[in-house]
Amino acid sequence: MMRFLLLFSRQGKLRLQKWFTPITEREKKKIIRDMTTLVLARQPRSCNFLQWKDLKIIYKRYASLYFCLAVENQENELLALEVIHRYVELLDKYFGNVCELDIIFNFEKAYFILDEFLMGGEIQETSKQMVNRSIEASDMLQETLEEYMSKPAF
Amino acid sequence: WVCHTPIRLRELIRTIRTARTQAEEREMIQKECAAIRSSFREEDNTYRCRNVAKLLYMHMLGYPAHFGQLECLKLIASQKFTDKRIGYLGAMLLLDERQDVHLLMTNCIKNDLNHSTQYVQGLALCTLGCMGSSEMCRDLAGEVEKLLKTSNSYLRKKAALCAVHVIRKVPELMEMFLPATKNLLSEKNHGVLHTSVVLLTEMCERSPDMLAHFRKLVPQLVRILKNLIMSGYSPEHDVSGISDPFLQVRILRLLRILGKGDDDSSEAMNDILAQVATNTETSKNVGNAILYETVLTIMDIKSESGLRVLAINILGRFLLNNDKNIRYVALTSLLKTVQTDHNAVQRHRSTIVDCLKDLDVSIKRRAMELSFALVNGNNIRGMMKELLYFLDSCDPEFKADCASGVFLAAEKYAPSKRWHIDTIMRVLTTAGSYVRDDSVPNLIQLITNSVEMHAYTVQRLYKALLDDISQQPLVQVASWCIGEYGDLLISGQCEEEEPIQVTEDEVLDVLEGLLVSNLSSPVTRGYSLTAIMKLSTRFSSVNRIKKVVSIYGSSIDVELQQRAVEYNALFKKYDHMRPALLERMPIMEKTASNGPTEIVQTNGEAEPSVVEPKHPPPVGQPASQVKNTVFGLVSRCLSLMAFYLFDLSKTVNFLSIGIPPMTAYNKNGLKIDFTFERANPNPNVAVITIHASNSTEADMTDFVFQAAVPKTFQLQLLSPSSNVVPALNQGTVTQVIRVLNQQKLRMRIKLTYIHKGSAVQDLAEVNNFPPQSWQ
Repeated sequence: MMRFLLLFSRQGKLRLQKWFTPITEREKKKIIRDMTTLVLARQPRSCNFLQWKDLKIIYKRYASLYFCLAVENQENELLALEVIHRYVELLDKYFGNVCELDIIFNFEKAYFILDEFLMGGEIQETSKQMVNRSIEASDMLQETLEEYMSKPAF
Repeated sequence: WVCHTPIRLRELIRTIRTARTQAEEREMIQKECAAIRSSFREEDNTYRCRNVAKLLYMHMLGYPAHFGQLECLKLIASQKFTDKRIGYLGAMLLLDERQDVHLLMTNCIKNDLNHSTQYVQGLALCTLGCMGSSEMCRDLAGEVEKLLKTSNSYLRKKAALCAVHVIRKVPELMEMFLPATKNLLSEKNHGVLHTSVVLLTEMCERSPDMLAHFRKLVPQLVRILKNLIMSGYSPEHDVSGISDPFLQVRILRLLRILGKGDDDSSEAMNDILAQVATNTETSKNVGNAILYETVLTIMDIKSESGLRVLAINILGRFLLNNDKNIRYVALTSLLKTVQTDHNAVQRHRSTIVDCLKDLDVSIKRRAMELSFALVNGNNIRGMMKELLYFLDSCDPEFKADCASGVFLAAEKYAPSKRWHIDTIMRVLTTAGSYVRDDSVPNLIQLITNSVEMHAYTVQRLYKALLDDISQQPLVQVASWCIGEYGDLLISGQCEEEEPIQVTEDEVLDVLEGLLVSNLSSPVTRGYSLTAIMKLSTRFSSVNRIKKVVSIYGSSIDVELQQRAVEYNALFKKYDHMRPALLERMPIMEKTASNGPTEIVQTNGEAEPSVVEPKHPPPVGQPASQVKNTVFGLVSRCLSLMAFYLFDLSKTVNFLSIGIPPMTAYNKNGLKIDFTFERANPNPNVAVITIHASNSTEADMTDFVFQAAVPKTFQLQLLSPSSNVVPALNQGTVTQVIRVLNQQKLRMRIKLTYIHKGSAVQDLAEVNNFPPQSWQ
């Protein structure tokens, strides 16, 4: 299973954190520090994998954001790269040419999309269209209350 | 009274981002938190959602948000979808099973699992499936099981993963999901198929009975996989021309589990595996991901030899791929298969060795590990050349492990004693400061036993010291040898190479130089003082030696002082014993059952009786036993002599002042024993060596030993001898732990390893430390 997914900027600022096992706040902060240090220190053309404790870390940079996914040792790293890529595609479709600012200002939507794609550390839906449709339908439920899409509800 | 409308989320984000300093940001956050807090207190329903969302943003920046936990619960209980969405998100981010508060969610989740809107049901399933505690899982498992049987594929796929989570938290509940799995694989919907395969995998991994039960699904899984490969373009699931790679990989993984150890199942999947292996497009990462999984499956099940060769060749091709990730993954896989398919992997040895020169750090590490695994009696010379070259030029982070690996390999496969000594010399001179502490006694023992090489060895070591005295392990081994074989050095007896001309004074200059140099550690100084003392029976410059020894009788270093005083006493009062005590060391045997760091003197006497000139001193005695003998001071002096003369205090068991070894862990065939020494010179540091052995019939790979101690202790864990615990007790993994302690020692250990394809993890408390280890 996947253990956690972190998104952070090149300055190490956290933009999203998804944890798939129960961890204390203190441990989370330590892990975030470790990950940002390790990943940001990597040479530009290194391979996208590194071993950290008993987990495999798969990371990839997309524009100004690092996507950092930790998986258990029996997981397929090459497929994990595809998982990251799929999430980026989903964000891109939803926001239209997604950039870091979209994730900053709409972090809750980034989580909603993630929660339609992954669950409990496993892939929930393998079809891009299905995920998009679910998000759109959920957004529609909000829209009828307060024109969710054009004016933010909060 | 003025009613303040809480500011919008995005406005807050915008404002906070204008802060130019951390302090400015903190001020803005505190102000907003205060506003949010009073809004919460007013039980405002309209803006609760907005306020919690803002709180979640601030939480992401690292600020405390616990006061919003109850508010998340209120949002979850609300009828508005917008509220529920943020409420559940907040619960997942701010709550976890450690807080009692989270149990209050159970009722809300239960209601929402039965909601009329599937997206609300979805939220509930997602939250339960991500962070549900054991109690929540117990309470709600029935609801999940119901939803697992629904025809709504949107809910069914989520229920399947929720069930996986329930089983992980409460394994006993696994049985209740069995009926619902009956026709999961008949689904056409890929989401349901994928999550079903995950669920089946989880059940098979946890229960041999389930595994046996689900073997009958192999034909169906094979059919599904075949359809995926053969089917035409499906826009919904296509990734670079491959249809649903995620599902393909998961099926391959389940097939691996079902086929392992079972002839019939393995045969049933043979064709499809060959088909995937030969037909998958390799130009993109996604195709290679599938190939990778296929190779892992082929290697793990009972596949025909042709198929296995095909798999290893795929890995061989991966090694030549331009893509670093693929090369890395190939090396990792080859490392897993090198034990079982050694010859096949050997064929790719030269490619693997080339990877030592790769620029990528992760690849270099894997290539190094794999290279060591491939060393054997036939290729030792060539391989060692490459590995020593690697040792010369690699980053510091590799040096310690590489040096250890070279020593181990040399010990196992050295074609000649001369080659062995040369190799050790090469490591000591090029990476001498990275060599592990426990290598020193090991090397000393090796050198002692290579009788015909003594002259050659001492000469090479002496020359090395002239070049460089900064690398402590090298200096320690060299000092010891010079003390032992200094007579050979000055007599110019070397046969292997041109003997050097050196005088007694020159040798003593070098040893005394070590004593005064800032580069020498206290341990090294001890070695060189003892070496000087030993030369008093091999050289004629006894007066010079007497002088040095008496000077150090008033050294500030307590350890050095004690030695000097005792040596002085030897000169003054026990001079007749000196030749016998400082005599040449006999051959030492290794005890077979303990690892390479245990050395026992074979012809030590049981009682400290009359010391005869020909016999070496009785060294099997712990100091306490000797104290009570008739010989009193002399005997104590003798045993202390022995202690210093061997200078193997770190690892020689019988000198460890009698701390008995103990078994720290013994479960599932993995046994971990602890042996103890006191560190020299700091007696407050306990040096524990763990010895891990494996009595099962399969190796334990990727073995990682971790230890934690209470806060009042300090712990240092050195590198392990290897990370494979070989099956059937064929060897042990050793690792040194140093603990600074003055109180009762307690330790928590964590073990992870891979055994028969499954990852195993265990935590244990070690409380049965013998009192002597901390007194």
